[in-house]
Amino acid sequence: MKAPRAGARHGADLAFRVLAMSTLVVALVTLGALVFDVLGDGLGRLNWQFLTSLASRRPEDAGIYHALAGTIWVIVLTAALALPLGVAAAVYLEEYGTNSRLARFIEINIANLAAVPSIIYGLLGLGVFVRFMSMGRSVMAGACTLALLALPVVILSTREALRTVPKSIREGSYALGATQWQTIWHQVLPMAFPGILTGLILSLSRAVGETAPLITIGALTYIPFAPDGVWSPFTVLPIQIFNWVSRPQAAFKENAAAGILVLMALLLTMNALAVFLRDRFQRQGRS
Amino acid sequence: MNVATPPLASLAGLAGRNAGPQVASDSPVKIDAERLNFYYGQKRALDGISIQIRANLVTAFIGPSGCGKSTFLRTLNRMNDIIPGTRIEGTVLLDGENIYDPHLDVVALRRRVGMVFQKSNPFPKSIFENVAYGLRINGMARTKAELTDRVEESLRQAAIFDEVKDRLHESALALSGGQQQRLCIARALAIRPEILLMDEPASALDPIATQRIEELIYDLKKSYTIVIVTHNMQQAARVSDFTAFFWLGRLVEYDRTDRIFTAPAEKLTEDYVTGRCG
Repeated sequence: MKAPRAGARHGADLAFRVLAMSTLVVALVTLGALVFDVLGDGLGRLNWQFLTSLASRRPEDAGIYHALAGTIWVIVLTAALALPLGVAAAVYLEEYGTNSRLARFIEINIANLAAVPSIIYGLLGLGVFVRFMSMGRSVMAGACTLALLALPVVILSTREALRTVPKSIREGSYALGATQWQTIWHQVLPMAFPGILTGLILSLSRAVGETAPLITIGALTYIPFAPDGVWSPFTVLPIQIFNWVSRPQAAFKENAAAGILVLMALLLTMNALAVFLRDRFQRQGRS
Repeated sequence: MNVATPPLASLAGLAGRNAGPQVASDSPVKIDAERLNFYYGQKRALDGISIQIRANLVTAFIGPSGCGKSTFLRTLNRMNDIIPGTRIEGTVLLDGENIYDPHLDVVALRRRVGMVFQKSNPFPKSIFENVAYGLRINGMARTKAELTDRVEESLRQAAIFDEVKDRLHESALALSGGQQQRLCIARALAIRPEILLMDEPASALDPIATQRIEELIYDLKKSYTIVIVTHNMQQAARVSDFTAFFWLGRLVEYDRTDRIFTAPAEKLTEDYVTGRCG
């Protein structure tokens, strides 16, 4: 009786492998087709002139410079806001408030926040930053909104990173008369840094692609110049792409495809940077 | 057979090579624990421990795994404070002052009571920075020259300076296990504690590295009060002046090391040291 049953088990194993493989193939083929389509439409339009020109009513003169500059302004400012806030919150939850009722309450809320649709963050940003705090439709308002959006992921990944620091390192530090803060600042955070950085960059690359919250706070207006400060109005790559796609002329569709290529290149660069930095810091820790 | 030289005398000579037994009993009391109970949640890990540990001597804690010897060691610098769900009753006096007084500064206590752990735990930094860390955080070196001097002095005290002097700024993680453990001892010595607690410091080391640690302990007791937890009874007999035998969270017997190993008062101690139980 044993041999046929073993055969059936091998059969099931094989079937599952084929199923998993075909799922993967479907996903990859779809992605490949999309990339191929965008490349076909946009590659011809992608040149130095496109990267350095501002928006224009004539598709052949229009460029992506203002949106690329806007995206970089917003993302740098978002990182500057989300990193200290996220790390501080994670340190509190993981190191100080481990068992307090307040910490558990905050924890549940952060888990919920991570699942909130991004348009809700846009409405919050519109109400709190643009109107109540009178930031206007500025880079600052956009960065504050995206920082809120990125925070749950930064907090969760920082907590994970803090948890990987071995207990023996903390004990070694305490045994030398270090305070809890000295232990966290000198030992725990440096060791957790690669993990924190990876989480930050990954959450930022999600924020780079966000359109909805920025449309809500008013970044969809026609802005033919690059921002010159944090209080300047701005637009970002996904919004510019959205704008071009909704134009009737076919030439603008080519611009949109080229814009998508620029956005994809930016995202891939950021993800590569995350991997590179993580490997580099890990090697520094070990050697 | 030579009747005038019973085994007791030879072992006593081994244990008290330096100070001699009569000096040992005259040494002042450094740590005085009184009816100490310790709980992990509901589980009682220490049951009424009372012991007087003497200054500038080596006291060894022996006993089977889970008997509470490491737990007791960690109550002496309040290292158990960082484990959630633990509770302590009783007092531990250090130079007559209760270290469990709610007004006592734990950070200041740990500066006076250094610790070396079972598994060497160098920080993932350079050899120099590992030793300098305690000095920096406690503000113990005012100038760079003073810092360098204290680091070098500590590395010499821990008998590792000659092996690492050419690579002080390389990572401590590249050192061998025995070297890492001596680095951790140097790190603990740098802030000049009065007491050095050692939790099975040689259990993960090979015999040669173990021997170097034991020689080091022998040298260090001139300046420090040393308490060492060990699984290895030969080690306890070699390095310690006093030995405490723990069994199921209780202190069964505490006496001069030569007496514990040759003429213990308790049957349980005798069974343990002769390998009949545990």
